[in-house]
Amino acid sequence: MKILVPVKRVIDYNVKPRVKADGTGVDLANVKMSMNPFDEIAVEEAIRLKEKGVATEIVAVSVGPAKAQETLRTALAMGADRAILVQTDDEVEPLGVAKILKGIADEEQPGLVVLGKQAIDDDSNQTGQMLAALMGRPQGTFASKVEVEGDSVSVTREVDGGLETVKLALPAIVTTDLRLNEPRYASLPNIMKAKSKPLATKSPADYGVDTAPRLKTLKVSEPPVRQAGIKVADVDALVAKLKELGVA
Amino acid sequence: MKTLVWVEHDNASVKDATLAAVTAAAQLGEVHLIVAGAGCAGVAEQAAKIAGVGKVHLADNAAYEHALAENVAPLIADLMGHHDAFVAPATSNGKNVAPRVAALLDVMQVSDILSVEGPRTFTRPTYAGNAIATVESSDAKLVITVRGTAFAKAETSGGSGTVEAVAGGADAGLSSFVGAEIAKSERPELTSAKVIVSGGRALKDGPTFEQIIFPLADKLGAAVGASRAAVDAGYVPNDYQVGQTGKIVAPEVYIAVGISGAIQHLAGMKDSKTIIAINKDEDAPIFQVADIGLVADLFNAVPELTGKL
Repeated sequence: MKILVPVKRVIDYNVKPRVKADGTGVDLANVKMSMNPFDEIAVEEAIRLKEKGVATEIVAVSVGPAKAQETLRTALAMGADRAILVQTDDEVEPLGVAKILKGIADEEQPGLVVLGKQAIDDDSNQTGQMLAALMGRPQGTFASKVEVEGDSVSVTREVDGGLETVKLALPAIVTTDLRLNEPRYASLPNIMKAKSKPLATKSPADYGVDTAPRLKTLKVSEPPVRQAGIKVADVDALVAKLKELGVA
Repeated sequence: MKTLVWVEHDNASVKDATLAAVTAAAQLGEVHLIVAGAGCAGVAEQAAKIAGVGKVHLADNAAYEHALAENVAPLIADLMGHHDAFVAPATSNGKNVAPRVAALLDVMQVSDILSVEGPRTFTRPTYAGNAIATVESSDAKLVITVRGTAFAKAETSGGSGTVEAVAGGADAGLSSFVGAEIAKSERPELTSAKVIVSGGRALKDGPTFEQIIFPLADKLGAAVGASRAAVDAGYVPNDYQVGQTGKIVAPEVYIAVGISGAIQHLAGMKDSKTIIAINKDEDAPIFQVADIGLVADLFNAVPELTGKL
C-alpha cells in the first residue's frame, strides 16, 4: 500500500509571530521556517506503517514556494521514499490544496493519505476533511491511534469528551493529533541520502486547479493585550478576592 | 440571509456550544437548525425553544447516530440548497463535519470565527491567536465554524421554532462507529464552566494532581483543566487539556495552579474574565496575564485555600 503524506512549510513553532506594522499579514522575512509539527507526526506515522510492513511506499507532497523543497527533503530524510512539490508563490487556501491533492491522489492511488489536522499558521483545520469529501472517501480526523486491518483502518480520535474509535474503508484520509506519536529526528546519513531521493516539481495547472483565493484578508492585527494585575500577599488575601468575585 | 446551524447534541440534549453558534448565526440573518442523530426527536423539541430560532430540521436516522461526517455532510450539503450559510460550533464534531460540507459545496470555509463584521466579513484567530485576521468571503454560500467563547449564549427558552422532519439518506457505507471512551464527571464541562481550576506539570503526578486540584475545584463548583505538559506527563486524560491544541475556554474565573504560562496554554484561556495564578516562580509568564497572582508553593497554598473557602 502506498501512503501519501502532504506536508506544509510554516513558521517554526518556537518563533513568536509578529504582525506587520501595515496590518497586511505576519512578518515572515528572515524567520525560521520548519515543517508543520502535525505534518511531522503524519510523516512519522507513515514511516511506522512502512516499518510494520503495512505500507510499501511513502510519497511526500507539498504545495508551496520553491523553498518548500527543504520541507520535502526533511520528510525524505525522515524516511519518505520520494516527493512531489507543487510549486507556486501564491498562498493557496485549504480548498485549493485539497483540489491539488485530489489530482495527485488520482494519479498515485494511495491506500492512505495521512496529514496534520491543521497547519500552525492559518489554523484552518480543513484540508484533510476537504480532500476526503473531494475523493468521496472516509476521514479519520484528530487521530491518536491508527491501525490498518486488511482493507480497513481503525482510527482512535481525540474528541471533546475523550476518545472515539471509527473504522474506515480504505482508501481513507487520516489527520493527526499531537499524541499519535513522537516524530524521529533525521540522522545525518539519512539527511545525506535524502538529497538523492527523487523530487518531482509540478504546478497547480498540471492538476487543472484554479488557486485564486476565495477569502480576502482585509486586515491582520495583534490580539488585545492583557495587562498584568496585582499580586496578593497570602492565601487570606486571595480568599478575600475570591469572595469579591462572588465565587467563594 | 438564511442560516443553517449545526446542533451539537448527544441524542438526548442540546450541548451549550450550539448556543454560541446560534448567536453568531443570528447576526447574519434567519436562524434554522439541523438536528441530525438517532432517536433525537427530544433534542429537536428542546432546540426549537432556543430564542430566535425558526425552523428545526430533524434528521432522525440510524446513519446519523454518531455524526459520522461521511453520512452527515451530504445531508447538510442537500439542505444548503435552501440556505445561504452553514454555521457550526467549533467542537470536534463541527470541525470534523463543516469542511467536508464546504468541499461538497465548493466553498472555502471560514474557521473558528471570533466576530461577525459584516454579511460576509469575519475575524478569526491565526498563529495560535497571535494574529487576528479579518477576512471577507467571495463564495456564493458561507460555511463557518464559531469559537464558542467569543459569542454570548442564546437563551434556551422563549423560542417558538417548528420541527420539520427531513428524509434522511442511506448510510454511505464508508465508515462505522466502533466505540468511545467518554470521561464521566460530576463536575461541570470545561467549555461551559463558570469557574475552572487548572493544574500544570508542577503537580508532580496523577495522584498529587487529584489530591491538590480536585478538592479546590469541588469547593468552588469548578471544572478541572490542565496544561499540555500535565496531560503529556500522564497526570490527567487528554480531554482536560486547555490550550491551542486542547480546549479553548473563557470562564468567569480561571485559576492556574503550577502552570508557567506557555503561549500554547495562554492561547486557550486568555479570554477568561478573571485569571488567578498560583506559582512559586514569580517570573513565570502566567503572571503577565493574571489579574490576581499569588507567589507561593502550591503544595502549601492550595490546601490552605481549599480549607479557608
